[in-house]
Amino acid sequence: MTGSGPDARTSGTDKRVSETDDRTTGAGSGAPALTVVRPGALTTVQDLGRPGHAHLGVSRSGALDRPAHALANRLAGNPAGHAALETTVDGCAVRTTAAVTVAVTGAPCPVRVDGRPAAWGAAVRVPAGAVLDVGRAASGLRSYVAFAGGIAVPPVLGSRSRDLLSGLGPEPLATGAVLPLGAPCGPPAHADAVPWAGPPVGGLVLPVVLGPRDDWFTPAALRTLARGAFRVAAASNRIGLRTEGPALERAADSELPSEGMVLGAVQVPPDGLPVVFLADHPTTGGYPVVGVVHEAELAAAAQAVPGTPVRFVPVRG
Amino acid sequence: MTTPRARPLRVGPHALLVEVAGGEAAQALHTELLRRRAAGTLPAVTEIVPAARTVLLNGLADPQALAADIVHWDVPPLTAADGDPVVLPVRYDGADLAEVAALWGVAADEVAAIHSGLEFRVAFCGFAPGFGYLTGLPAHLHVPRRATPRTTVPAGAVALAGPYTGVYPRSSPGGWQLIGRTDAVLWDAAREPAALLAPGTRVRFEVAA
Repeated sequence: MTGSGPDARTSGTDKRVSETDDRTTGAGSGAPALTVVRPGALTTVQDLGRPGHAHLGVSRSGALDRPAHALANRLAGNPAGHAALETTVDGCAVRTTAAVTVAVTGAPCPVRVDGRPAAWGAAVRVPAGAVLDVGRAASGLRSYVAFAGGIAVPPVLGSRSRDLLSGLGPEPLATGAVLPLGAPCGPPAHADAVPWAGPPVGGLVLPVVLGPRDDWFTPAALRTLARGAFRVAAASNRIGLRTEGPALERAADSELPSEGMVLGAVQVPPDGLPVVFLADHPTTGGYPVVGVVHEAELAAAAQAVPGTPVRFVPVRG
Repeated sequence: MTTPRARPLRVGPHALLVEVAGGEAAQALHTELLRRRAAGTLPAVTEIVPAARTVLLNGLADPQALAADIVHWDVPPLTAADGDPVVLPVRYDGADLAEVAALWGVAADEVAAIHSGLEFRVAFCGFAPGFGYLTGLPAHLHVPRRATPRTTVPAGAVALAGPYTGVYPRSSPGGWQLIGRTDAVLWDAAREPAALLAPGTRVRFEVAA
């Protein structure tokens, strides 16, 4: 995906080491902590990310569905920047060493405490030693699980987010891993109606500001971008939302020297299929960017399951 | 000296990609942007990301205003930086040393002296945290990347591709030509600064004893 990087073939790494090293913090020491009972397909710690390091090759990272992440924190009584769990498709289960208030938002899913149904989208009290099970997403892809006090793993460059491309931040959850929790700092909030845009119904509509390299494509390719029937590809991940559909044809066959990439960039690799860069995207790349999706639209992209129709809508400004 | 003007390109609602004539002009513009930011005369910006012939400015409130202004800038050409360069000791025993020597038209044991006799500058970073693209190889020493990338390149590998020298901060797949290896720690997130080679840093390689 990076094109002209030292390794143009791979689109990122997802190294999963079996367990975290800091088992000494947490269980047994009296400090509240989580022990992972079921890690799920891919569950990572996410906060608002680490902006300001792109010149060193480090992307912002952070929660893909930021409104859902913010809501989970608010319901749990946390500031917006606290670290929470981001699950993928099939949730996760954790045991808590102390009684803690939690909130699950994002993709709607069954929530259980020691097997008993509990509320989604609301503050839930989990007793000490109980198992919180966040189930399979009924729609959408990613649920957010916030714990009062936040997940208190040591920050890396000011953030606790796991960046799957850079390999920074805590490893994805593994069975038996222990995650320390911080001290709660506020009462949980109550919301009568949980605002969540939901997974894109009937398709994902992504407004695209054309440029910087729209002139690398033929007029026919730009029409294809605007009218083509694209779908979310199964190979999508935290690095990018990949699409399948009609290929965009380049006007020139020359090679683009590496240039800086932004969140939401719609990069077109040689196969002609647009990739929308998400939070763990590479900071530089050598394939042309036909346009940029506004960050506010990316929360919906993060919840679009493979096969979801995608429509790009070119906009001015 | 008159330099060709910058060409600002729109990148979504909050960023600007400024394209210039080439690598040296990009490094000069990056230096000027850092100078203006330090002087407080640059609008607030989250990221300044130099690359091969562009500088990306991200997190701007009004990218069009800066675009209108930047085309009028007189950017001073790059000058030799003050202070000492970062010196990286290298064992020149890379797996592609013979191939690079053949491409250069020299004997394999001459590569070390030639490469360690040059001075480099980190033009930009990317690919992995702390991976710098170092310019400074004269055109006749540019080499193509390997036809088949390796699945594993060791951490500390010193490698060449096109106009660039790079040092792999960690073990990863890679397609560059390996000429040697250094024990220097290129990236340590717990260190301040985390990256040994940030854009603008001068670098020299020396033959390890």
